[in-house]
Amino acid sequence: MALRNIIGKRIGNGIGLVGRRSLSTATCDVENRNSKSMNLYSAINQALHLALETDPRAFVFGEDVSFGGVFRCTTGLADRFGKARVFNTPLCEQGIVGFGIGLAAMGNRAIAEIQFADYIYPAFDQIVNEAAKFRYRSGNQFNCGGLTIRAPYGAVGHGGHYHSQSPEAFFCHVPGIKVVIPRSPRQAKGLLLSCIRDPNPVVFFEPKWLYRLAVEEVPEHDYMLPLSEAEVIRQGSDITLVGWGAQLTIMEQACIEAEKDGISCELIDLKTLMPWDKETVEASVRKTGRVLISHEAPVTGGFGAEISASIVERCFLRLEAPVARVCGLDTPFPLVFEPFYMPSKNKVLDAIKATVDY
Amino acid sequence: MASAFSAAKFSAQPFPLNHTSTTSHDSSIVFAKPTSLFLGSTRKLRLTSSSKFNLSRRSGTVDAVSDVVKQKKSKSSPSLLITKEEGLELYEDLVLGRAFEDMCAQMYYRGKMFGFVHLYNGQEAVSTGFIKLLKQQDSVVSTYRDHVHALSKGVPARAVMSELFGKTTGCCRGQGGSMHMFSREHNVLGGFAFIGEGIPIATGAAFTSKYKREVLKEADCDHVTLAFFGDGTCNNGQFFECLNMAALWKLPIVFVVENNLWAIGMSHLRATSDPQIYKKGPAFGMPGIHVDGMDVLKVREVAKEAIGRARRGEGPTLVECETYRFRGHSLADPDELRDPAEKAHYAARDPITALKKYLIENSLASEAELKTIEKKIDEVVEDAVEFADESPVPARSQLLENVFADPKGFGIGPDGRYRCEDPKFTEGTAHV
Repeated sequence: MALRNIIGKRIGNGIGLVGRRSLSTATCDVENRNSKSMNLYSAINQALHLALETDPRAFVFGEDVSFGGVFRCTTGLADRFGKARVFNTPLCEQGIVGFGIGLAAMGNRAIAEIQFADYIYPAFDQIVNEAAKFRYRSGNQFNCGGLTIRAPYGAVGHGGHYHSQSPEAFFCHVPGIKVVIPRSPRQAKGLLLSCIRDPNPVVFFEPKWLYRLAVEEVPEHDYMLPLSEAEVIRQGSDITLVGWGAQLTIMEQACIEAEKDGISCELIDLKTLMPWDKETVEASVRKTGRVLISHEAPVTGGFGAEISASIVERCFLRLEAPVARVCGLDTPFPLVFEPFYMPSKNKVLDAIKATVDY
Repeated sequence: MASAFSAAKFSAQPFPLNHTSTTSHDSSIVFAKPTSLFLGSTRKLRLTSSSKFNLSRRSGTVDAVSDVVKQKKSKSSPSLLITKEEGLELYEDLVLGRAFEDMCAQMYYRGKMFGFVHLYNGQEAVSTGFIKLLKQQDSVVSTYRDHVHALSKGVPARAVMSELFGKTTGCCRGQGGSMHMFSREHNVLGGFAFIGEGIPIATGAAFTSKYKREVLKEADCDHVTLAFFGDGTCNNGQFFECLNMAALWKLPIVFVVENNLWAIGMSHLRATSDPQIYKKGPAFGMPGIHVDGMDVLKVREVAKEAIGRARRGEGPTLVECETYRFRGHSLADPDELRDPAEKAHYAARDPITALKKYLIENSLASEAELKTIEKKIDEVVEDAVEFADESPVPARSQLLENVFADPKGFGIGPDGRYRCEDPKFTEGTAHV
């Protein structure tokens, strides 16, 4: 959680849907050597190829991964690295994650795929009770740092109750694991490689809405992006917006609209939710005095609550308005009512205005 | 494809799984005698293989095998398995299932329904064979491939179609969609998107029925619960936990495995250490039966026995139905992985054509009568679509209903109005 220096802040469009090449002076930035335009699942696929290439004891397993997976993230891996390293598991999430913990405890890099984040709950016990506590309770004799769990999360337009959930908040409440969520293809490749190589167990949520929709120039070489460092993807002075994953696209649209009303918005991508970069967010709130958090998961008990509480603790006297949270409603993720449930651009815009006018 | 079963007797067939011939009135099915003493017994019981039933897979005796009896055709009193009325009823249900699912596909591609839709084409014999033997108070628990289970149980096609379209007139008021068909009236305890989630729920429902009968002394309560699930689910912890509980407490439940060999793209044979699922029953102390799931009459015979056992209080049964889905896993699945020869093999065993052949050959029905049924079903399905089309979309207020039992707990604000009518609601900042 290093202090972000001013040079590290990125200017310009970070989401990449427009495809503009952004001006960057970041020190730990990706050099734009040979890069290729690709979407999110291709970027993740590349990251997995690199991970398996560089470590002979890396494995990828999960449901349907050997033909490429239901989202094509694992295409070509089984053919290239063989069925001993890339294999299908039976339909048992608890078994998949527990088995991954065992692999990791013996020094392998286990990259487990949970087909949809909604299906991660049977594995919740293994993640919370075993993965998170392994190093702690063995006195550092064993650890499952080699474990990375990848799961597509988030709304997709027609997913309904069981193909659209955002369970990140549950995992952020567990000391011992890291939670990382990329917003775009370039971020995903770098972050996933960092997660795989990080000596801690990581849950990596991929925004499934962006698998095909987000297209960006992604460098073809092996690069890693730092964990626990948030990124300011849009500079502003009136209000700080904090988000992650696919929600940033919505928030950026709201920022653009707010700009027309003269409100200058600063947009931060947390990237790593646990442990999260409090310093960057704090520095931004000290600048603007207002903060708005937005996520798809239900508002009560969502990760926005943690951010809100921390910011209030640190910046109470600087705040000009209450911390706003624009999130999903407190209902199960609906089927027909999805557009009404989601924290849409208008909801974010209304909240921006209300906060600025407080 | 790695074959787990010897092809010795079926060298002509590329898929030498346990299957019998397509003649539907051949009753060389095997099931456990109700008075057998295999429950929990450690005796090694060898499966008697009928001439059409080849199970030799690898050398070495098989321990956990159900006690089986070959039913001689002469034992059953009439030479036919069904009467004309039953035959027509079965035919109508099979055709309803098929026509409905085909219409679903059409509607999906026209954008009238959306989301994840999983069609049941090819597996109708299992649903019809089992569910048509149930009473209204018996319960059915299904998976995401649940449209036809709901239809067989008696949920009107209109209600199911409206639910798929997401309208208020649907069986769940449009809140569930394709994978969540519930009906209190017909005791359909859902559609479950998650594999294996429904099995413990079915176990609980079966317990209730037994409790009512034995503790509350409602002597006529002999309700049975059927839990349907697939081959992939049989590798999931919930399945094993429930087999144990059901056998331990002798619950009136039948576990029906619809083994269609594929879990999206994963072949059952490559995912399971012992692909013969029915053998898992005796391991827990209940009979395990394998039946040809493409033949509705065979399924019906086995179902009669299994449901009869449960009704008499003799405990659970595990039935593995070898079946096949003609379409992909869902409407979004391009279905490129399965061998066309395998598909053709099972297409030739289409349950509807098989029953039609049986009915006509045994003079139980004429072509004309069957055509009338088909026409009637077409009209029913068309009417369902029209009804669903014209039904209203649910009001926004419905979004907040039914989160808790008390609508005030969430949906109704302190001012007595629905929270979604509060202007601050669009901001997402209204306190809910």
